[in-house]
Amino acid sequence: MEDMIFYDRLQFAFTITFHYIFPQLTMGLSLMIVYFKYRYLRNKIEKYNDAAKFFMKIFAINFTMGVVTGIPLEFQFGTNWAKFSELTGGIIGQTLAMEGMFSFFLESSFLALFIFGEKLMGQKLHLLTGFLVFLGSWASGWFILATNAWMQHPVGYEILDNGKFVLQNFSALFSNPWLLPAFLHNQLASVVTSSFVVASIGAFYVLRNKQTEYGQLFLKTGVIFGLVSSILVAFPTGDWNAKNVAKYQPAAFAAMEGIFETEEAGAEIVLVGQPNMVEKKLDNKIAVPNILSFLTHQEWDRQIPGMDQFKQEELPDNIPALYYSYHIMVGLGTIFICLMALAAFLLWRKKLYVAKPLLWAIMFIVPFPYIANLTGWYTAELGRQPYLVYGLLRTTEGVSPSVSSGNTLFTLLGFVALYMLLGLLFLVLVGKTINEGPKHQTH
Amino acid sequence: METFWFIAISIVLVIFFILDGYDFGAGIIHLFFAKTEKDKEVITKSAGLFWDSNEVWLVAAGGMLFMAFPTFYASVFSGFYLPLIIVLWLIIFRAIGLELRGQFKFQMWKDIWDKSFGLSSLLLALFFGIALGNIVRGVNLGGVENGESAYEGHYFFLPLWDSSFSPLSKTPGIIDWFTIIIGLIAVVTLAIHGANWIILKTNSSINSYLKNIIFKLNISLAVLTIISLAVWNMVNPNSFNNFGHKPYLLIFPCIYLAGLIGLFFIKKLKKDIHAFTLSTLLIVGGITSSLASLFPVILPSVNTIHEPLTIYNTSASEYGLSVAMNWALIGFILLIIYAIVQKRLMAGKIDHMDYGH
Ligand code: HDD
Ligand code: HEM
Ligand code: HEM
Repeated sequence: MEDMIFYDRLQFAFTITFHYIFPQLTMGLSLMIVYFKYRYLRNKIEKYNDAAKFFMKIFAINFTMGVVTGIPLEFQFGTNWAKFSELTGGIIGQTLAMEGMFSFFLESSFLALFIFGEKLMGQKLHLLTGFLVFLGSWASGWFILATNAWMQHPVGYEILDNGKFVLQNFSALFSNPWLLPAFLHNQLASVVTSSFVVASIGAFYVLRNKQTEYGQLFLKTGVIFGLVSSILVAFPTGDWNAKNVAKYQPAAFAAMEGIFETEEAGAEIVLVGQPNMVEKKLDNKIAVPNILSFLTHQEWDRQIPGMDQFKQEELPDNIPALYYSYHIMVGLGTIFICLMALAAFLLWRKKLYVAKPLLWAIMFIVPFPYIANLTGWYTAELGRQPYLVYGLLRTTEGVSPSVSSGNTLFTLLGFVALYMLLGLLFLVLVGKTINEGPKHQTH
Repeated sequence: METFWFIAISIVLVIFFILDGYDFGAGIIHLFFAKTEKDKEVITKSAGLFWDSNEVWLVAAGGMLFMAFPTFYASVFSGFYLPLIIVLWLIIFRAIGLELRGQFKFQMWKDIWDKSFGLSSLLLALFFGIALGNIVRGVNLGGVENGESAYEGHYFFLPLWDSSFSPLSKTPGIIDWFTIIIGLIAVVTLAIHGANWIILKTNSSINSYLKNIIFKLNISLAVLTIISLAVWNMVNPNSFNNFGHKPYLLIFPCIYLAGLIGLFFIKKLKKDIHAFTLSTLLIVGGITSSLASLFPVILPSVNTIHEPLTIYNTSASEYGLSVAMNWALIGFILLIIYAIVQKRLMAGKIDHMDYGH
């Protein structure tokens, strides 16, 4: 039983991690494409239109990857987590089915029109189709987060004698206090990814001294979007999420902040340290007293329960991974703000395009917003352990009763091999598109 | 309410097979009949422009099934674990083939992507047919052996095949001689459908030759259909009862028959869209007849211990189903609007649209 769950979890974690590489870019990028297209309609400067079309190419490649890696996820609820699907399908099936109905159709129908239809339908309608693609992708984020929010903080349900969760109140799924902060934080984080990608491509063009005009446009846009979204991701939305975790999942909060022992008054905030699970303490700790209590409750000496207050079976099962994930996300968030603030300052002083070292830094920072997004999700998902539905349904109770671990291992290996191939092809294609750069088409 | 959702999901599934069916079919035709580079390119394009919006129908069907019949979804998806995952892999291979063909200069790569597209289309059509075969034949619910269940009664697990390879075995596998027949029917039907799509949407040089092919495929389809009907009753003895009790259900087999007969006149048809409509009838009729023969059962049981899964013993709560009906109706209206907009803007032959984003 134990190793069976292990493979199921590993397979889900692997496939969803791979999936989320793509939507996090498409959701943010669709917003920026609409921005470029809108600017073009206002100022009629061709390079804005070229930029919109160029990023739509990048979008399309990512979208295709998102689609083919998303279908396995939806199937996996049934194939690997059958018991979970059976018990909760009446509730999370709602939000997942709505995602298909209201967002995937919207996005995919209008994407084709945006790509092929510019000449057919004129500029205003072209902007509208771009906007609908954006709407579709954000709606998709909204529904998937509503699903996840219900698993993190279940609402509007009733549990029958046979263990089944049935829906009591449909609108509660969308007024879930977990949903709005998580949605805003997540969407802003995807804008962070896309603006870093845009800025990085811009830095590349400026540095290689070819297509510099586009390069400067991308840099400027990327830096401005990047600065705003990086700040908003940390405050207020990141802070708001942390308060939610402290309120609804106190055990997860203690683990992700690395509080082993409850302090008399006022919890300190840990900046550096490695969890030592044997002695139940942090090694090499650097911490600032009382700050955590203040950040969470606006009271300097409010007590915050540490891990010693919870039973072993209520604590997340992988505390070091949870702790590191959280600290990597927050650490990177801080670095992003600093970097983008510096870049924006130089942009304002008109020195950005010649600041070589900074341009190199912007170009190579691209993997890090991806890492921040993924570690953010690891924080959420590891923190939810040992439950699938927080407090109500344990992860061990959710797997498929009839699928053996040998079969899961087989399919896991298959996914790993196939996704390696997919990832390689993706890099080749994106690399090729970036290398060619935007083209100016005369109509 | 259960019946509403049963019908709604069936409609979504049928639309999926009509739409993605033509690009599966285009893949099959591509694999066997496309010879010149130009034809290969155009045929790939006739599928490549549309496959991802078509596949959304599969995602939608999956989501609705999850919501409306969670017990069925859980039981079937875990029971058909291996073939489903293989289907997922094939879908990915097909997408790779379709999307990458236009991106590489060298013939060597193009050949690989072509094979990837063609073979995975063929295998997907076969697997979908086999899946339908499994549903009408039924499975060993509860994993019963010697009168004892290995799991709760609504779970099962099917190996890819059973040593006897027979649908009449106590523990039939996914692939047996009956499901293979249904699989072949699916391949032939979709190949016909795909050929009609190519004729409709492209100016490829093999269009007139394809009409010959359709004619021949149609003969083999008729033969396969007769064989399958002959053995159907042996495999699942109750399957024709529904039609006896409710004669109006006979409309579904008649739709199939209309498509089958109509396609014998393929060379006389004036408009390409008529032929395409006929192969659409084949798909609609084939799937609906099979579902109608089972209704309200959705997964028969081959043992006597566990009762079959029906739309009643697998559904979500009444309240859930009725709120979902409200949003689904809004959703369907939106879908019709998208379809009209798309249709108006993407009508006509696709040879000259630029492709290869
Ligand atoms: C670019 C990405 C990124 C950056 C820079 C940050 N986050 Fe984040 N964070 C995410 C990307 C993300 C995410 C991937 O979007 C998550 C996962 C689930 C969710 O809704 O958003 C998330 C979740 C998440 C959670 C919820 C964890 C849980 O559910 O258990 C908290 C408390 C924070 N974040 C807090 C912060 C703080 C205080 C940041 C300050 C810098 C921060 N995040 C920066
Ligand atoms: C892109 C964002 C996401 C990432 C990177 C992510 C990551 C993970 C990881 C790492 C695990 C394994 C946890 C463990 O084994 O301890 C996991 C489990 C899981 N997640 Fe997520 N997750 C994401 C979003 C979601 C969403 C939106 C849902 C729900 C709709 C979801 C549902 C699940 C389920 C059902 C499991 C399996 C059971 C478990 O191990 O907890 N995840 N996810
Ligand atoms: C268990 C979790 C998840 C499941 C079951 C899932 C399912 C899917 C499916 C089936 C698709 C393909 C849709 C199509 O055919 O057009 C898809 C694409 C997409 N998913 Fe996920 N997904 C999950 C996690 C996430 C998360 C966490 C996000 C973002 C917050 C997300 C955002 C998207 C977006 C925006 C797309 C559109 C394709 C793209 O833009 O790349 N998904 N997903």
